Amino acid sequence: MKVRGKVFRYQDNVDTDVIIPARHLNTSDPNELAKHCMEDIDKDFIKNVKQGDIIVAGKNFGCGSSREHAPIAIKAAGISCVIATTFARIFFRNSVNIGLPILECEEAVKGTEAGDEVEVDFATGTIKNLTKDKIYKTQPFPEFMQKIIQAEGLINYIKGGSHEF
Amino acid sequence: MGMTMTQKILAAHTGLEKVVPGQLIEADLDLVLGNDITTPVAVNEFNKTGLDKVFDKSKVAIVPDHFTPNKDIKAAEQCKMVREFACRMEVENYFEIGEMGIEHCLIPEKGLAVPGDLIIGADSHTCTYGALGAFSTGVGSTDMAAGMATGKCWFKVPSALKFVLKGKPQGWVSGKDIILHIIGMIGVDGALYKSMEFMGDGLINLSMDDRFTMANMAIEAGAKNGIFMVDERTIEYVKEHSTKPYKVYEPDEDAVYDKVYEIDLSQIRPTVAFPHLPDNTRTIDEVGDVAIDQVVIGSCTNGRIEDLRVTAKILKGRKVKKGVRVLVFPGTQNIYLQALKEGLVEDIVEAGAVFSTPTCGPCLGGHMGILAKGERAVSTTNRNFVGRMGHVESEVYLASPAVAAASALTGKITDPDKIK
Ligand code: SF4
Repeated sequence: MKVRGKVFRYQDNVDTDVIIPARHLNTSDPNELAKHCMEDIDKDFIKNVKQGDIIVAGKNFGCGSSREHAPIAIKAAGISCVIATTFARIFFRNSVNIGLPILECEEAVKGTEAGDEVEVDFATGTIKNLTKDKIYKTQPFPEFMQKIIQAEGLINYIKGGSHEF
Repeated sequence: MGMTMTQKILAAHTGLEKVVPGQLIEADLDLVLGNDITTPVAVNEFNKTGLDKVFDKSKVAIVPDHFTPNKDIKAAEQCKMVREFACRMEVENYFEIGEMGIEHCLIPEKGLAVPGDLIIGADSHTCTYGALGAFSTGVGSTDMAAGMATGKCWFKVPSALKFVLKGKPQGWVSGKDIILHIIGMIGVDGALYKSMEFMGDGLINLSMDDRFTMANMAIEAGAKNGIFMVDERTIEYVKEHSTKPYKVYEPDEDAVYDKVYEIDLSQIRPTVAFPHLPDNTRTIDEVGDVAIDQVVIGSCTNGRIEDLRVTAKILKGRKVKKGVRVLVFPGTQNIYLQALKEGLVEDIVEAGAVFSTPTCGPCLGGHMGILAKGERAVSTTNRNFVGRMGHVESEVYLASPAVAAASALTGKITDPDKIK
């Protein structure tokens, strides 16, 4: 599975309070949530993002509250993949569970700027920066995670009957 | 190679003799928890499974606490959906407004978390119950849904950091100062994906309320869980609150830790986390002049009876600084009642503070104490991220109840020792 898009670049410790501020948590509608995605650190994000675009950020992306609304908002905004140096752990599992692909790759983060065109291949763990003509390798997803993402999330995966890891 | 406390609990709940860091496992759950923000998302997911009952109605707990008493129509709709789900599934541990509390104060008080348990909650501060020697961790709504459906959850077995506590905290120093000190030392990702395991001779000098506060903020260091070695104090607490069977797990002698920290509690000073991250800490002696507009005392971090006692002790017979808004939130209805009986509420209200019904309220910038642009608050809560308590240009300083109460009297961040 491959995705390709333009990069939105953020720094370290982007927390779920800025990904989707608590004041908007009185709804769980993905499209409603997407409208406010990132608005406290980048109010132009939602105006500029296109289907397939990619977020690249520093360490500890998604720290803070466990709100699944954060990866839901990112996914509903059209983001196809998040690449970061590291992810906060609840954000990591939430993303897997809702089928939002995320990858850790410090080199790719360092070598990528806002606006770059990037292509990601999940099965091989290859990240290509097409603008800068650079290739980075990271861990491909463990098999069970690929299955969950292919099933479009944990619930479908469970419905499929086999949930032994 | 031996196992840590956390690894032992995970192994026991997976039916394995042994687990190693990095291993993916599927473990049995003793409790699945959700609140009014995360449960609606979980209910939508749960409904997709087509199931008409949860795996065990005595092992699901739902606590509307974030936007309750309902802050607006949307919040009311969410709570209604949660209530109807709890009713339809016959969830035994659903707590309506008169019996509720902030979930992480309420669950231990109701005896729903005991040593050796494996608990997940769709709320990041579910790590609080590690104070009781349980493995408990925050997850997302889909995990909650899958947990309610199957009674199981997937985990990657964590490695661990060991914190050996010694000595006795001095003066006004409490669990809050200790954990802020530790987060300041290791950073907001210092324990990323790992367990924080607390033990050592100094443990005896920490009350259960201190331990709840500390375990509560393990997530602020990025940890998967925080867990305390069980001692007599823990057992006493459990006997008082629960009839559930429990099991004590201790780390193997040859358990492997990524790093060991020795913390001398007697050296820790009251500590404050400056905006906008919990690891941006300074001791009270280095704070300087920070004028404030609001003080919040409460939350799942510091809304317990000891916190209210300290608050009342400092406020009693004094007046809060004119122009400063002081909001006190007890953690549960029981704590509220206890504070009433002990006369704490009177001391607090007479000093010019307000005393609220239990709610998350201002802690997450939800309602009942939102900050305007440029305003500053000292808060006993656990997060000071950008916009956490209101406007993106407002600021939150995290501190203990003692520092917060002292600051309420002076209108700037103040060392409680300086209050005459
Ligand atoms: S008091 Fe604050 S940190 Fe605790 S559960 Fe409520 S919102 Fe979360």
